[in-house]
Amino acid sequence: MPIIQYRQALNQALREEMRRDENVFLIGEEVAYYQGAYRVTEGLLEEFGDRRVRDTPISEEVIAGIGIGAAMVGLRPVVEMMTVNFALLALDQIVNHASKLRYMSGGQISVPMVIRAPEGAGMQLGAQHSQNLEAWFVHVPGLKVAAASTPHNAKGLLKSAIRDDNPVIFLEHELLYTLRGEVPGNDYTVPLGQAEIVRQGADVTLIAYLRMRHVAQKAAEMLSQEGIEAEVVDLQSLRPMDLETLVTSLRKTHRAVVVEEDWPQCGVGSHVVDQLQYHAFDYLDAPILRVTSEDVPMPYSKDLELFALPDEAKVIAAAKHVTYK
Amino acid sequence: MVTDSEKLDIYREMVLIRKFEEKAGEMYEAGKIRGFLHLYIGQEAVAVGFMAPIRADDYVIGAYREHGQALSRCATPREVMAELFGKETGVSRGKGGSMHLFDMSRRFLGGTAIVGGGLPIAAGVGFAINYREGDQIVLCFFGDGAVNEGAFHETLNIASLWGLPILFVCENNMYGMGTAVERASAVPNLFQRAQCYAMQTESVDGMDVNAVLEVAERTIATVRATRRPVFVEAITYRYRGHSHADPGTYRTKEEIEEWRRRDPIVHYGEVLLKEGILTPERIEKIQADCEKEIEDAVEFAEHSPYPKPESLWTDVYA
Repeated sequence: MPIIQYRQALNQALREEMRRDENVFLIGEEVAYYQGAYRVTEGLLEEFGDRRVRDTPISEEVIAGIGIGAAMVGLRPVVEMMTVNFALLALDQIVNHASKLRYMSGGQISVPMVIRAPEGAGMQLGAQHSQNLEAWFVHVPGLKVAAASTPHNAKGLLKSAIRDDNPVIFLEHELLYTLRGEVPGNDYTVPLGQAEIVRQGADVTLIAYLRMRHVAQKAAEMLSQEGIEAEVVDLQSLRPMDLETLVTSLRKTHRAVVVEEDWPQCGVGSHVVDQLQYHAFDYLDAPILRVTSEDVPMPYSKDLELFALPDEAKVIAAAKHVTYK
Repeated sequence: MVTDSEKLDIYREMVLIRKFEEKAGEMYEAGKIRGFLHLYIGQEAVAVGFMAPIRADDYVIGAYREHGQALSRCATPREVMAELFGKETGVSRGKGGSMHLFDMSRRFLGGTAIVGGGLPIAAGVGFAINYREGDQIVLCFFGDGAVNEGAFHETLNIASLWGLPILFVCENNMYGMGTAVERASAVPNLFQRAQCYAMQTESVDGMDVNAVLEVAERTIATVRATRRPVFVEAITYRYRGHSHADPGTYRTKEEIEEWRRRDPIVHYGEVLLKEGILTPERIEKIQADCEKEIEDAVEFAEHSPYPKPESLWTDVYA
């Protein structure tokens, strides 16, 4: 199987979907001539022209609005927000419009739009360029939220998102773009709403997504050397969330740690813990712990940034805590 | 040229909207309608005038004072009244309410209650028309408050830059809620706010349906032919408060009276009387017919079922 980068996998998904469906087009800041701020749209202007790969002014609100309006009348826009931080300028369109046009109209409207947004920290970009805002979108009924963590699921999830008839917030992690992995050259999808069991284990379930999948995986390998076998589950979709896979895992391990790069208050893990305490209460042998970013704006200085982020050591400590080791 | 029978239709439509809105106000007082209710009374000439030259395959998008636009574009008084009553037979199945009227089958795209929120969406529809090389246009209504939103400027810039076929109609009714235009806009002539985006701008007396019709026909033809956006400011006035909760402390009775003397329906009625198209008897008949139609709409809304509890969970996702 070909081994390619995460960004190339996303590029493949876009290219294949654009070839498959004339209604799919790309729009955003620097997606065309610059080839994408993270080079995800490389070569697409050349193949599809500027009718279908469209650079915009720096105007996030109208970029999102163009996606919504075009989707309402039958196109399938893939909107790129250069980073999730800039998507905040488009929240009125995303939250007040995209998510609820179908409901407010009594089911008359579909908004088959994807908003791609890179997020995450770790490159010393400072407080305004290092955020993980998934919880903001996961909170909103009417939106779907996907989170790509590997080249394989990046391609498969993006294809599912493009084919979905709802607005999908598609989150990518800025530190993963050069990650390499096996990606089938053919057409395949990873369904929205399905978690992936990354590693089997019987002692504790580590629930993660985006870059934290890899942190959890490394932590699991290290725990294994100490005799603790962790099961690692990658959520892949944050809304809808695959609770069944989580509950099934918990029934086996009886202990769980959620590993997430967002902030602790009302983060994605808050919802995971809420659902698990309700649906798997009788199976729990320890309180579920969460490993999150520290509850501060992201500092610039390298060591401070590292302190602020979840890492393997923090995950291992939490796993030992819930296994009483 | 507007034919005699079209003139009668225009007159009748303005009367129908007026009667509808007066009745809606009454029903609000009677507790049949809840939430916010923004009445269009006084502004009828704008919706009716701009809708007359629009084709069935064009797209129309409004804001939250949009009963008049929905009625003029497509919706029946029955469907709109039922929506205001929160009934299943409403144009948005009772899930939208006064500020969220939608009729996708007749290309009426709402219905948004965030000031300026419809403009970026209009840009998307205009983009889609160009993408498919269609010759439709988008008629986008918004109020004077919207010109102070960022969405307005982002949208006008991109519409001009990309040549999107949108007719922007700013209904300047002199107040954004209780704030007079001159207290909100550094430039009180709102058409000037659009001029720096290199698009044709116009200003029209929104109380005179003949003037509106003339500008509407001309600008709609321009947008269709040139594939360029045009901006029209329609100067108008709402007689009632911003919504039904409005105490009206920010303007005088005399000011309202002054505008009422320029009432678009009375004025157009006089014009048609002079032209011999209407007679006093005919006016009475039209008024009575419209009243009957609105009574029927209330009856229909009253006797329609509320949405079933299980519909709470439908239409969240496609």
